[in-house]
Amino acid sequence: MTALDTTNGTLSQGFRTQQIADRAFRGLTFLCAVIVLLTLGAILVALAWGSLPAFRAFHFDFFTRSVWNPVTVQFGAVAAIYGTLTTSAIAILIGVPVSFGIALFLSELAPLWLRRPIGTAIELLAAVPSIIYGMWGLFVFAPFFARHYQPWMSAHLGPIPVIGQLFQGPPLGIGIFTAGLILAIMIVPFISSVIRDVFQTVPAVMRESAYSIGCSTWEVVWNILLPYTRTSIIGAIMLGLGRALGETMAVTFVIGNAHKISASLFTPGATISSTIANEFTEAVGDVYYSSLIALGLTLFIVTMTVLTLAKLMLLRLELRLRG
Amino acid sequence: MFKGFSLVAFLCAAILGIASGNAATISGAGATFPYPIYAKWADAYKVKTGVALNYQSIGSGGGIKQIEDKTVDFGASDMPLKPEDLDKAGLMQFPMVMGGVVPVVNIKGINAGDMKLTPQVLANIYLGKITKWNDAAITTLNPGLTLPDTAINVVHRSDGSGTTFIFTHYLSQVSADWKAQVGENTSVEWPAGVGGKGNEGVAAYTKQLDGSIGYVEYAYALQNKLANTLLQNSAGKFVSPTSESFQAAAANADWEHAPGLYLLLTNQPGDKSWPITGATFILMYKSQDKPDVAAEVLKFFNWCYLNGGDMAAQLDYVPMPKNVVELVRGLWTNEIKGSDGKPIFHATVADGGK
Repeated sequence: MTALDTTNGTLSQGFRTQQIADRAFRGLTFLCAVIVLLTLGAILVALAWGSLPAFRAFHFDFFTRSVWNPVTVQFGAVAAIYGTLTTSAIAILIGVPVSFGIALFLSELAPLWLRRPIGTAIELLAAVPSIIYGMWGLFVFAPFFARHYQPWMSAHLGPIPVIGQLFQGPPLGIGIFTAGLILAIMIVPFISSVIRDVFQTVPAVMRESAYSIGCSTWEVVWNILLPYTRTSIIGAIMLGLGRALGETMAVTFVIGNAHKISASLFTPGATISSTIANEFTEAVGDVYYSSLIALGLTLFIVTMTVLTLAKLMLLRLELRLRG
Repeated sequence: MFKGFSLVAFLCAAILGIASGNAATISGAGATFPYPIYAKWADAYKVKTGVALNYQSIGSGGGIKQIEDKTVDFGASDMPLKPEDLDKAGLMQFPMVMGGVVPVVNIKGINAGDMKLTPQVLANIYLGKITKWNDAAITTLNPGLTLPDTAINVVHRSDGSGTTFIFTHYLSQVSADWKAQVGENTSVEWPAGVGGKGNEGVAAYTKQLDGSIGYVEYAYALQNKLANTLLQNSAGKFVSPTSESFQAAAANADWEHAPGLYLLLTNQPGDKSWPITGATFILMYKSQDKPDVAAEVLKFFNWCYLNGGDMAAQLDYVPMPKNVVELVRGLWTNEIKGSDGKPIFHATVADGGK
């Protein structure tokens, strides 16, 4: 660097400006990162502050009761939490295999000329606003489902001893199962595009060596591609799960909005976000208002917990792979 | 350089244009039920006088909250405030338009006005005590109809609403079981059924689920071509929901002796009265900090009372009868005052000298 400190004043001047510019840029980007963290913290604090009246009134019972009665001002979050977790679980159970299949098809099996149109079509699904999904679900899918599939499912799956209870219910068309299905359709584009991208990062040499020793396509996928991309796939699933947990409008239209827990998936239920969306603008009274904010806090905590658990699982997988 | 100059000129013109367009604006927030008619009245009023109304239909609870926070010039609520709450907040309320809440059914072969229901049967259906359409309680009322052996799918509101308040208030009046078990509010813990968001949601669910029953505002039943039922009123007669039966319910109502105009029009006396009628109210402060704005608000509502009847009828709302209008105008003069203690509304001036 002494070479730059010549008698030529402008050179060292330029170097100093560069140093200042560098430091300023570092500070600016650090500030951006800190602002995001501060906003997250501020949201958490605001939610906690807003929920205090509810917790003062109900203490921990808020998380153990399923009553939701604005007249007697008694609120419990269990029904909403149950609905959120159940619809998201259904969305993941249905959406992940489908996304996996789509990604596999597009990266391994489809002829080259077909890949881009189908890929674009799947990605366009992600661009559809969620309220359109809700309207489509309510006006098109729910009656179709109620008339053609639900009676069949109740009749054939209902009598099965243990899980049959999940499918016994009136053919309403709307309910927890329909909401889960619509969520599955919504998260498929996200998960499938990440999995597809990740499949394409697997080095060609690994694929080709496997094929050359006579592996079938399925063996290549299951034994070569998946282990290589395991962590990213789990990351993609977590992305989809995060979307499913928080989705509001699509679920509000088709879930039927009944604050009850029942064994059947065909009955109406309620999720945290649908409860807040339905009742927030008209909530009169401190405890009612604060109970809705407490629900929001619950969703925040549930989402954070799920994502943290996912990160921990990924960490353990990575350690196991390395050691 | 010319491009830059023309851009600046355009921006200046735009800003001036926007600024000059800002004649007086009055703001309100609240009930979703009257939003279509308020919007229609506001359009016509703006054409006539240049004063614009900014109304946000966020729900009755939201309207009450906003007027208490003084963020709007008036609040709108389907649920009237009790006199003690009015006094505590320093508000007064008056009814603006009326509507009826109508039970609608979706059963094959049943058309509008075919089915008869009594209040107790309606309450028991919503309590989940009557679960099938061919239950004896319903068939004895409707001997001429063939009712199927299917489950009743009950549809109610999922969001907080004035329509629910009117409906549950009526059910609490006619059924002691309902009053004890559920009660009345803009949002209640429904014993049975699915919840739709808004009148539109209830109408949509009712249309789609076979064998369903729901409750909607009269306008929605007409526009969605839903089959409404007849209901037995307190005089024992089965009436049909029409403009006339809503007005009959309102005319028999005793507004003069209702403190704070807290009057619910459900279960009103009279042979022709529709039992589930309700008015939607406007909330304003008695002591106005901004008397000019308050004067504009009262002029608008006065114009709506005198000239808005036809527009309301077009949208299937029911305008207030003349005796109530006179009562309200008197209350404006007596109760709404500026900070100097003088009344803001002058009847003759606002009428344009009529």
